[in-house]
Amino acid sequence: MGIRSPASPAAQRQSGLELVIALAGNPNVGKSTVFNALTGMNQHTGNWPGKTVATAQGRCRSEQGDFLLVDLPGTYSLLAHSAEEEVARDFICFGGADATIVVCDATCLERSLNLVLQIIEMTDRVVVCVNLLDEARKKHLRIDLSALEQELGVPVVGTSARSRKGLNTLLERTAQVARREYCGHVIRPHYTPAIEKALAVIEACLKPLSPEGPSVRWLAVRLLCGDQSAAAQASAFLGYPLKQDPAVCDAVARAQAILSEDGIERQKLLDQIAACPVLWAEGVAAEAVFPADSDSNARDRRLDRIFTSRRTGIPVMLLLLFGVLWLTIAGANVPSQWLAGRLFAVQDWLSARFMAWGAPDWLHGALVLGVYRVLAWVVSVMLPPMAIFFPLFTLLEDFGYLPRVAFNLDHCFKKACTCGKQALTMCMSFGCNAVGVTGCRIIDSPRERLIAVLTSSLVPCNGRFPAMLTILSLFFVGAAAGPGATLLSALLLTVVIVLGVGMTFLCSRLLSRTLLRGVPSGFTLELPPYRMPQFGRVIVRSVFDRTLFVLGRAVSVAAPAGLVIWLLANVTVNDVSLLAHISGALDPFARVFGLDGIILLAFILGFPANEIVIPIAAMAYLSTGTIAELGNTELHALLLQNGWTPVTALCTVLFSLFHWPCSTTCLTIHRETGSLRWTLAAIALPTVIGFSLCFLVASAARLLGIS
Amino acid sequence: MSTSEPLSCLHEGQRARVLSILESGAMRRRLQDIGLIEGTTVECVQKSPAGDPVAYGIRGAIVALRAEQAAAIIVQR
Repeated sequence: MGIRSPASPAAQRQSGLELVIALAGNPNVGKSTVFNALTGMNQHTGNWPGKTVATAQGRCRSEQGDFLLVDLPGTYSLLAHSAEEEVARDFICFGGADATIVVCDATCLERSLNLVLQIIEMTDRVVVCVNLLDEARKKHLRIDLSALEQELGVPVVGTSARSRKGLNTLLERTAQVARREYCGHVIRPHYTPAIEKALAVIEACLKPLSPEGPSVRWLAVRLLCGDQSAAAQASAFLGYPLKQDPAVCDAVARAQAILSEDGIERQKLLDQIAACPVLWAEGVAAEAVFPADSDSNARDRRLDRIFTSRRTGIPVMLLLLFGVLWLTIAGANVPSQWLAGRLFAVQDWLSARFMAWGAPDWLHGALVLGVYRVLAWVVSVMLPPMAIFFPLFTLLEDFGYLPRVAFNLDHCFKKACTCGKQALTMCMSFGCNAVGVTGCRIIDSPRERLIAVLTSSLVPCNGRFPAMLTILSLFFVGAAAGPGATLLSALLLTVVIVLGVGMTFLCSRLLSRTLLRGVPSGFTLELPPYRMPQFGRVIVRSVFDRTLFVLGRAVSVAAPAGLVIWLLANVTVNDVSLLAHISGALDPFARVFGLDGIILLAFILGFPANEIVIPIAAMAYLSTGTIAELGNTELHALLLQNGWTPVTALCTVLFSLFHWPCSTTCLTIHRETGSLRWTLAAIALPTVIGFSLCFLVASAARLLGIS
Repeated sequence: MSTSEPLSCLHEGQRARVLSILESGAMRRRLQDIGLIEGTTVECVQKSPAGDPVAYGIRGAIVALRAEQAAAIIVQR
């Protein structure tokens, strides 16, 4: 199906002195927070499992030395063979890491220890980082770190990465381990006597090979289990085909004979090997976590009863969506008007300067009426809603609400024969469709991943909904701003988004029945503990990293697009502007779908960034006349002058919801699927839906004689 | 109350001990990795609005399983 798995990272060591450190851990234990705190980078963090879908690398210089940190995807195990597990396993074993930090969740230590024990089996050079100690304290849990260190035989460091506590000690001890200065003795889990006897045979045979990477014991366990993928990787690493070595083959055969003598067939062997670290973790946790059996999560359960129960789950979810949209609309109104006023005042000032310098008309037109005006528009329309929506969304994400959305919606995805994690990628698509597409890597089954990619642009991204919002409020609410009006706008926008989500279910279902036939694969989803969001940090980061980034992209596209529009409007052929020629040519086609030539042209020019569609359309209408200022009232008047009706507005909103993905998303889809065919399918799907819906609405309106 | 039944039969608030897992391959391994092995105590914590999936408390973590997976886990109350 042409889906690529994430590439194995290769550490780019800068100098011989730099230590390469792998950062492993369960999903959602604050691994990325540790990574950011150590490297000073701003890798996006969020309270939901599977956020780090690609590996990130960052450098950290400190008194303890120079480190190259590699943030591996979060996994529960290194043996179930999903793409991210193999990435993590290969890097720890064969990627040349000098040490591996395993990040654990102090509030759920027993679970985290399972992975610690699996990694300890692979390599001696492990440091255990018990993170989220602050959260554990809030839940009245005490972790005995020295007992833990004694039980495991590797350094254990407690941290609260969000407040940077314990990080220096972590680096210090990691450096010790990486430089082989730590003199502890790793304690490895023991299997049942029969398995130990079998392993001893293989270990004896492997010892002379003494691999630098993975431990002999781990390799022996893998060979005994018949793990082809690990054997192949190890052979490649050693430069020596293990499977073809008669001595190794003979040892494996003898070991398997020992097992069958004891009546341990393959499934039983795999079960016992899986159970061993789980039981061992249970024992270690009993020694190190106090109180051992506390109901520390009572508050979370109460919250879950509100957010996910049969009666309140869905209503609360819709209410939250509505609330976020309403805050965005109500909050953005005033700053938008203010920004528009200021920026258009600057336009007048610029015009005056151009006149004073005696600049030619075409230069003033191209730069001020073309480039500047469209920029001013994009900024005033887009910046305030984004600067409110992104932080609100990030707060919900940080709080741990997104996995609950996946939990609530999973039933619909199951009916569509797809993976429940698609709800998570869908949520990411609200921020940016391209991010949603990348996020699809968290879905294991290639079929389900492809469905998630293909349907990712059916929910409106942040670049699209300010435009929808403007049109909805102009035509269906009335320009008067007031609490009633903003509530109604938010309600309409909620309906539009629910329509997008409904379409996602419908298309996923159709795809599962036709092109991508299959049954839903099983899935497990962790519902992480709720955490108090870090308000200050979330707001600062989401404004600087996300809002300004997206706005920057929109602006860099808007400037040339403004120039193009101005040129089209001012270059004439046979006394008619090019713009009129083009929109005239598109017009008859667009009218069939309730749009007009200009709107369709704006959507085409908006391919690099959807944010510019409405400003471009307004520019094009304006090119035939001029208005001094552009607030919402003037925009409404302008659209009405150009023949807009409520039907036009409705069709424009529908087309904005369902049309081709923006260029960034298309490129991302191509990168993720590695297939031109699937990229074209992902473009065709929403486009066909959009044209069909618009055609239905326009035809119905024509039949009823409305338009 | 010592009859064996699938995990999916549990009501909210009920606890049970895992007897066996009927899944095979990668899914079996995944369930074992989240701590579902013979003898593990599981609590049915919260049903989703549609009644499927269901969130279970397993070794201190909350994990949602679809009805198919829960039906393949045999438990004893």
